[in-house]
Amino acid sequence: MSRTRSSVASSFGDKVFDFCNYIFMIFLIVVTLYPFINMLALSLNDANDSIRGGIYLWPRVWTLRNYEYVFSETNVYFATFISAARTIIGTLVSVFCTAMLAYAVSRPEYKLRKFVSIVFIFTMYFSGGLIPEYLLIKNLDLLNTFWVYIVPGIIGVFNMIVIRSFIDGLPEGILESARIDGAGDFTVFIRIVLPLIVPALATVSLFVAVYQWNSWFDVFLYNSSRADLSTLQYELVKILASTNTSHLSPADQYADAMGGRTRTVTPTSIRATMTIVASLPIIMVYPFLQRYFVKGLVIGGVKG
Amino acid sequence: MVVEKSRIRQFFKSLSNQKTLMLMSLPFLVWVIVFKYLPLWGWLIAFQRYRLGKGLFDQTWVGLENFRMLFQDHHFYRVLRNTLVMSSLNLVLGFVTAITLALLLNELRRVYFKRTVQTISYLPHFVSWVVAANIVQETLAPEGIINNLLLKLNIIERPILWLGVGEYFWGILAVAEVWKNVGWNTIIYLAAITTIDPTQYEAAQIDGASRFRRMWHITLPGIRPVIVLLLIMNLGHILESGFEPQYLLGNSMNIEYSENLDIFVLKYGIQLNNYGLATAAGIFKTVVSFIFIISANHIAKRLGQSRLY
Repeated sequence: MSRTRSSVASSFGDKVFDFCNYIFMIFLIVVTLYPFINMLALSLNDANDSIRGGIYLWPRVWTLRNYEYVFSETNVYFATFISAARTIIGTLVSVFCTAMLAYAVSRPEYKLRKFVSIVFIFTMYFSGGLIPEYLLIKNLDLLNTFWVYIVPGIIGVFNMIVIRSFIDGLPEGILESARIDGAGDFTVFIRIVLPLIVPALATVSLFVAVYQWNSWFDVFLYNSSRADLSTLQYELVKILASTNTSHLSPADQYADAMGGRTRTVTPTSIRATMTIVASLPIIMVYPFLQRYFVKGLVIGGVKG
Repeated sequence: MVVEKSRIRQFFKSLSNQKTLMLMSLPFLVWVIVFKYLPLWGWLIAFQRYRLGKGLFDQTWVGLENFRMLFQDHHFYRVLRNTLVMSSLNLVLGFVTAITLALLLNELRRVYFKRTVQTISYLPHFVSWVVAANIVQETLAPEGIINNLLLKLNIIERPILWLGVGEYFWGILAVAEVWKNVGWNTIIYLAAITTIDPTQYEAAQIDGASRFRRMWHITLPGIRPVIVLLLIMNLGHILESGFEPQYLLGNSMNIEYSENLDIFVLKYGIQLNNYGLATAAGIFKTVVSFIFIISANHIAKRLGQSRLY
């Protein structure tokens, strides 16, 4: 008897719990998505109309003027190109090199595997620090070049661990049979290993691409005197900084700098538009790679 | 002796058969030495009065002068306080929110809904801090949604300048960090939850344990090893309170609370050209972090867990 009652009671409690849980999840979704939807609505709404306020989820006066305006600015135009270039080149170079290194140190017969692994893994415990790294880049003549975005990030140690543990999980027989057929290590790597580790490569590519796309500090530190090497994120930092200095009155500096001739744009609309431009590519890509990065994070987090 | 020699010869002989593997790895060894180990030479700057344009060995040596100045600087202690407070807040709030969310997500029965919530919750992790900082600023603006909401509910009478009051900064930053990373941080806990033996839940259900009790007595203890491990590893990074959010949201009105060690280094080094002092502060941070991380690893091993890194 008592047993039935308690199970009825608990199932009622379960229902309440479920209900609250769903409410909470919906709250979470709203809090996460609202700022992006609001930015999108502002970017698609007429700038002068937005000043009236009241734009929340949907534009009131539709226009693409904000986007036209932002992309007609030469620095934004260049910055989009540089952002894309550093993301594509940086990801291809880093993933290929990291995978190659991971393959080499995964070969049990390689005499230097231990030594090379340790030299790399040890770097996870310290860094030279900002000043010595800045002076290194300066001494290597990488200041004010595009390559400062690519070269310092060629190998990611965490990514190497992810790829390596994936290679370790491959059946040894496949690699062995290829070697018996007379294929060298490089051929085995390109022809056999690379196609088999595509899931790991997808994970690592996402990590590197997100890092590259989102970086702005290296632009600020190394390339701030070269306007033609600026990135979208750094342009957005400039907008943020200009609004930051004066909280009370919405800062007009950037809007003026972008050409205050005819005020068809406002700081708010420029900022919303740039925010969308700077985050849209990633928002469109990451949901499709979810399976991979979840797996990669777990592998990289537990092994190593 | 002869055995030794032939062993060495053997080693080099087999190494010469591995030219391809060497070609595939040694260029990167050069890279890592140049980009990761060579900057350590730059630590010498901390013992110099460093001037640009002169070589590292043509500088004036000042011994521990920079360190003495650093440890006598009030500014430095304020920055250290901010760093420790912000990273502790991050640590505690980050853990509590991520574990809670993971437990709640695990209780969702509709797989499709659960997947959707998860995917959406990862979103803020993937956008840059620049985008996030813009969102924070927009949300907290005088005419932003938070002020509007509070005004409508009659909680406040006039808009609050959230980022203009130093005392609010730590709270704002902590909430922003949670907003950005809570979804992402659940991944590892959700993975750990899937390893819990499902028969335990069945047994508890037969015994009439409620959902809440099952979460408390089965799920939570089931992921305890992961929680302990992550907690220890994160303690190793206690001097890493982040750089970007503080730099991007910091302003002259909240600087007393927003400035942390990394910003201190940037300010003294790159902006004020006091390379010696900035490097000394950088060394302080690296050395303390190194000790913390090594001890964290050691403790984790003693507790019988596998290392994280």
